[in-house]
Amino acid sequence: MTMSTTPESLSAKQKELEKKMTEERSQSHTAPASLASVAQTKVSRPAGAKRLGTGLEARGVHAWFGKNHVLSDISVDFASGTVTALIGPSGCGKSTFIRTLNRMHEFIPTAAMAGEVLLDGKDIYAPGTDVTKIRLKVGMVFQKPNPFPSMTIGENVLAGLRLAQLKSTNKDDLVEECLIRAGLWNEVKDRLDEHGGALSGGQQQRLCIARSLAVSPHVLLMDEPCSALDPGSTLRIEETISELAESMTIIIVTHNMQQAARVSDYTAFFLSDGGPGEMVEYGKTSEIFSNPKDKRTENYVTGRFG
Amino acid sequence: MSIETDNPLPSKEKKITPQPQTPWKTSGTERASSLIFILAAAAASYMTVALTPMKGILPLTLLFFIFAALFSFIRGNRSRGIVAGQDSAAGVVMAIGMFVALLPIASILYTTVSKGLPGLHRGLLFNDMSAATPTDPITEGGLSHAIVGTFVMVMISLAIALPLGLLTAIYITEIRGRFTRPIRFLVQAMSGVPSIVAGLFILSAFVYPITKTFSGLMGSLALSILMIPTIARTAEEVLRLIPEDLREAGLALGGTQWRTVAMVVVPAARSGLVTAVILGIARVAGETAPILLLTGGGDQININPVEGAMGSLPFYIWKSFFFGSEEAVARGWAGLLVLLTLVLILFATARFFSTRKVR
Amino acid sequence: MICSSSVHPFATPDCDSCPKMRLMPAPQALADAPNLPKPRVITTEPRLSDKVFRAVVTAGGLSSLVILGLIAVFLAYQGFEILVTEGLDFFTSSKWEVITDEYGDVVSYEFGLAAMLVGTMLCALVAVFVAIPVSVASALFLSFYVRGKLKAILIGSVDLMAAFPSILFGFWGFFVLMPRAEYWAMLINKYLGWIPLFAVDERVFTRSPFLAGLVLAVMIIPITTSVAREVFDQTPLDRVQAAYALGATKWAMIKAVALPYGRGGVVGGAMLGLGRAMGETVAVYTVLNIVYDINWQILFGAGGNIASLILLKFGEARPLEVQALMAAGLALFLLTLLVNFIADFIVKKSGKKGR
Repeated sequence: MTMSTTPESLSAKQKELEKKMTEERSQSHTAPASLASVAQTKVSRPAGAKRLGTGLEARGVHAWFGKNHVLSDISVDFASGTVTALIGPSGCGKSTFIRTLNRMHEFIPTAAMAGEVLLDGKDIYAPGTDVTKIRLKVGMVFQKPNPFPSMTIGENVLAGLRLAQLKSTNKDDLVEECLIRAGLWNEVKDRLDEHGGALSGGQQQRLCIARSLAVSPHVLLMDEPCSALDPGSTLRIEETISELAESMTIIIVTHNMQQAARVSDYTAFFLSDGGPGEMVEYGKTSEIFSNPKDKRTENYVTGRFG
Repeated sequence: MSIETDNPLPSKEKKITPQPQTPWKTSGTERASSLIFILAAAAASYMTVALTPMKGILPLTLLFFIFAALFSFIRGNRSRGIVAGQDSAAGVVMAIGMFVALLPIASILYTTVSKGLPGLHRGLLFNDMSAATPTDPITEGGLSHAIVGTFVMVMISLAIALPLGLLTAIYITEIRGRFTRPIRFLVQAMSGVPSIVAGLFILSAFVYPITKTFSGLMGSLALSILMIPTIARTAEEVLRLIPEDLREAGLALGGTQWRTVAMVVVPAARSGLVTAVILGIARVAGETAPILLLTGGGDQININPVEGAMGSLPFYIWKSFFFGSEEAVARGWAGLLVLLTLVLILFATARFFSTRKVR
Repeated sequence: MICSSSVHPFATPDCDSCPKMRLMPAPQALADAPNLPKPRVITTEPRLSDKVFRAVVTAGGLSSLVILGLIAVFLAYQGFEILVTEGLDFFTSSKWEVITDEYGDVVSYEFGLAAMLVGTMLCALVAVFVAIPVSVASALFLSFYVRGKLKAILIGSVDLMAAFPSILFGFWGFFVLMPRAEYWAMLINKYLGWIPLFAVDERVFTRSPFLAGLVLAVMIIPITTSVAREVFDQTPLDRVQAAYALGATKWAMIKAVALPYGRGGVVGGAMLGLGRAMGETVAVYTVLNIVYDINWQILFGAGGNIASLILLKFGEARPLEVQALMAAGLALFLLTLLVNFIADFIVKKSGKKGR
């Protein structure tokens, strides 16, 4: 089930991009040079699109599971309209960090945290904060696609509205808009009444993105959104990310450094040396991949470990 | 994380690690406000009961539930909107459901203990009722015959039900033949067989055509029908937990399926199978209807299952309550307390074994 | 259900929750392709010990079938004569009497089960309707509102109650619940009597189907609760998190994810409880007034119950009446089998859709 069904629906631009990507993939063993070049030659996004929110800022975030200190003192300012990639080896706290950003961290019974996360200038952990409103503004896409199987494709897109009991003036338009933005509309427009489980993995993941978009979040967190997908679907999702970044803040966890180089404006490198995960380096993606300041970052992006 | 003070890295300053916090947990002030709102609901329901013709515990409780749900709705609605209001009201409704489900357990335990305790005396476990009449004082007689009878019958029924139940479970999990699905359904259907029907069946198949007399064995046969599905289903669940690798390892070593099951699979599930046996015993130990139909229910100790009436705990309890004199009812409660204690012990033992199951 | 068909295209042909299967070429198409070798037939000749083992286990496994079959055969055999002479009247008439002359010989008899059938269903339905909301609420509470030690204790209590023998419920119902519930019945009748369901012709509230239903409800709540809780506990975590990440409150998550997922389990548990409630003997016998007239008024102190009838009549029954009781037992047996069959069907069907 690779490269799902409708090649003709890909635009010329997409085909070109795919070709470029295939070339890149074929030379991936010469990683440093190509990654740096990818990071630098990336098409810059047009400025001036209407942006939602003023971004997200983490200040001195720590995280614990029970007595286990898993994340230490992370401070990053994610500007609105940018894509930030979090890279680093497994178990370095990337996913934990991203889950502290929309308060999904607290679902683990033994979890604890310290520090502040500011959304549009307000601390989301402040007492009396309505956590559901936070999660409406900070959407999340998970590693494994998880559409609601009891709902149709259309209902899945509107699930966020239904769950939070928000009003929408024109639901059909909203479904169409979200599916177009998630790059799924052409494939599903004739079968919106089918169940979400009827789609391929990549389509399901784009459906999950569309579902997150329907509540117009200011920030979109993506926790390895492509790790369970084939290359074709990955490409489509990366395009979606680039388009979405015009209007919102996107933070993406990825193990794929090429993906980080392709989609992100900024990159943060996380590492754990047995103790809690720390952010070793943060900077423009082009800098991180071509001219990292920290030796450990260089070792990681050049593939010497991890 | 240990901070190496002897050899500080130039890039790393000595950091003070903040304390872990859980800002999402309910804070002290929230707890206090919850308490106030529960008190408010209690006060409101009490006032309503005091000021209207509705009287009694039932309307008070119902009103308290209604007020609690209503107040929590208003509280959530005021602080965070209608969705939050519905959410907190729903939480209260769930808690009420749990309370209503648990209330009878508390009531049953309390009633049985408080009414059964006065009936306990030293002779209870050692005397039988052969020399005592139901109107004698409670200190006369005892229920040793009932305990012995229940023990004999349960053991016989276990001897019948354990092999059949275990074989059924092994068929479902190990053989996995073409009858697997139908057998699973039949086991479920069998667990739904009313106990009185099991009694009637033994009556029609054994008592009338063959033995023509009531006896402990007949009771055991009926009990084993009720025990088989419990054992089969619990054993099936346990055997299902045994990892597939273990079976494959046994077969790959050249073992036959028979030896693999007998020497690898079943021993690995041992403590879980003990749970199955105990749950099976607990299922039938207090079973009353077939006992009333089949055993005759004697008043003295009889350990011969094929001859003569055999007493048992349920029969003793039943007979005492339906005799109706004050002493007899006290005996009935004492019997219920003994039965309840037995079930509690069995249940606790089953728990003990099931928590040690193989992972 | 986790769909694995993308990994093993032909592994689980019964995985119909997997629409992707439709896109796969049928195995037939592959077999028709040219130049493909025919699959070899692999045969294994089990050893003698395994043959014996399999035979013994299969025989043991079929014991449930044999026992269920024997129950039906023997009850039908014993009750055959009554079933033939009474014919359809056995299920439509409500009279249950044997008239004897002064020597004790039977002059005439009439056996009709209609009142008992209606009563059995009525009590069981009252029980299920009371038990379902309580069970669903407490199952959701156990699955989503508590965790850790408290959850373990609460689950332990519910499971313990499921292990209580029914005689305990019977006498607790008689001594503790009945005096209170009679008063509740009076209240319900006073304020809701205009609803036909709660109307009574005479103000007799003792030992009514409502009371028996309440005792049965208390008895089946643990069973339905634990079945429902087990299903809710298996709600896929990724769906739960997806709902929360979309800004759902706990209640919104339950409505959107847990209830659709657990519907089959709830219905299955309820049917299981219905079966238990219909077949229960002693817990009903102690709190129900057996009357040989069809009574639809649940608050009125007159009811019927097949199992209780058998217990009530058996002690004094002559051979002829025993045959009638056997026939009644057969009817009860088939009724519970039917309910179990429907429960099985519903759980399987909804299990495929909602997951």
